[in-house]
Amino acid sequence: MLRVERVTKCFGGLMAVNDVSFNLAKVGITGLIGPNGSGKTTLFHLITAFYALDEGRIFFDGKEISRRSPHTISRMGLIRTFQQTRILPFLSTIDNLIAAVPDQTGEGFLPNFLRPAQVRREERRNRERAEEILEIVNMTHMKDELAGHLSYGQQKLVELGRVLMASPRMILLDEPTAGINPTLIRQLVDIIVRLSERGIQIFLIEHNMPIMAELCERVLVMDSGSLIFSGTPGEAQEHEAVIEAYLGRRDHVA
Amino acid sequence: MDYLLHIMILVAIYSIFAISLNLEMGYTGLYNFGHVAFFGIGAYASALLSLQGMPVWFSMVCAMMIAGGLGALIAVPALRLTGDYFGIATLVFAEMVRLFFLNERGLTRGPMGLPGIPRPSFIAEGVHGLPMYLVFCVILTILVFLVIRRVTTGPFGRALKVVREDEYVAQALGKNAFVFKIKAVTVGSVLAGLAGAQWAHYVSYISPGDFTLNETILVLLCVVLGGRGTNWGPVLGACAIVFFGEAVRFLPIPPDFGRFVAPIQGMVYGLILVVMMLKRPEGILPEYRSR
Repeated sequence: MLRVERVTKCFGGLMAVNDVSFNLAKVGITGLIGPNGSGKTTLFHLITAFYALDEGRIFFDGKEISRRSPHTISRMGLIRTFQQTRILPFLSTIDNLIAAVPDQTGEGFLPNFLRPAQVRREERRNRERAEEILEIVNMTHMKDELAGHLSYGQQKLVELGRVLMASPRMILLDEPTAGINPTLIRQLVDIIVRLSERGIQIFLIEHNMPIMAELCERVLVMDSGSLIFSGTPGEAQEHEAVIEAYLGRRDHVA
Repeated sequence: MDYLLHIMILVAIYSIFAISLNLEMGYTGLYNFGHVAFFGIGAYASALLSLQGMPVWFSMVCAMMIAGGLGALIAVPALRLTGDYFGIATLVFAEMVRLFFLNERGLTRGPMGLPGIPRPSFIAEGVHGLPMYLVFCVILTILVFLVIRRVTTGPFGRALKVVREDEYVAQALGKNAFVFKIKAVTVGSVLAGLAGAQWAHYVSYISPGDFTLNETILVLLCVVLGGRGTNWGPVLGACAIVFFGEAVRFLPIPPDFGRFVAPIQGMVYGLILVVMMLKRPEGILPEYRSR
């Protein structure tokens, strides 16, 4: 579904992502790990076109997306979250969700007057769906609250709910469990598993290794911009290069 | 009585002007510091066409289209800039437009201005036409208010707010932020053009000095005072600012101090703006209620 071919990105003299290739073919949950600064988030930015590629090509669902703009990629069903939670603080929780529905008729200026019935019908349907999704992420009680008033963990849930509203086929999650309490982490993990069971492909960056081991069939490991490992989480924990990347080289220890 | 009619006409015109800026500034987060340019373009376009013998309604429609077209045209390069830089670009554009009015004497008669701009044929010239002109302006204001309320309370307004809150999120959710901004500026310019045209046909004489930064600040003040991102806010702000501006005339000011009144009034406007931004940035009518 997502194929990355020899992707490279430099910032000045720094090789942020260096000749990375991989293919996420079948539906499932794939993890992306690596030390801080290894290029994981940069890779996400490249896939979703928030950064321009220096070299390489990226394909989603068989179509090249390397030169497309972020919003067209999103409309193809490849939806991302951000490492720093980005909710829309001055919109209500439910509006945060409804806003995520792509191609709403009423988002044009004139259709509001030319096809008002269709706009109203869509709006009603989107609101109902947003309510269902708020149920899934356990945020129904906050639906009319300004999203900016929610706690950090709740904002993470709203952000995940927002991704669901966008009818994704594949989701890129950038550290979904960072900085939230264990109960909420459980909740998030359950939601992620359920999404995967519904046939949505999931690709996530995460530092919480037990969670990665539980969720992912496959992990990719990056270090200093390069992809150094691809395999099961169990194998990753045994792998020499991966251990080195996280802990430093063994033979330096006298 | 006539004076009251005059004030109410100004309120109606400034309401449209403020609503148009609010669509850009309040809903979309675009700080357009050159909004007066489109007011001026609307005024000059409609005045020139009607002075050529075109019917006033036709001139006004043309003026709106010209203002909107120029708005879209200038928005494309200006919106490549973000935040303050967009503000600076629009400020410069407004100054360019004013200098154009001032120097293209063949077209605009330069500093001499354009006298004798007619009113719509069904409205009498002079004082007798005031009640009818007020009705005309109020109908247009209500119409503009309803149109903007319809689009801003629905998906269009929500999408504009998404762009305002976080452009990256807008893009990540498949919204073309750039296109939404262009739409906001275009609609805003069309309406500013309408307000300008109404004003030109009302006062019957316009000159380049009517379209300075002061007018932009005044309409900005209407929006900030009333409440950004709300529908009633700009209307309320327009009422407050116009009434305040006219009320100054009745102050018992000794003749010797007359020349200080205008600068002091400007300072008071500036003070209101600063105090509002510090103490109540959401305006008299806030967009959202905090619980």
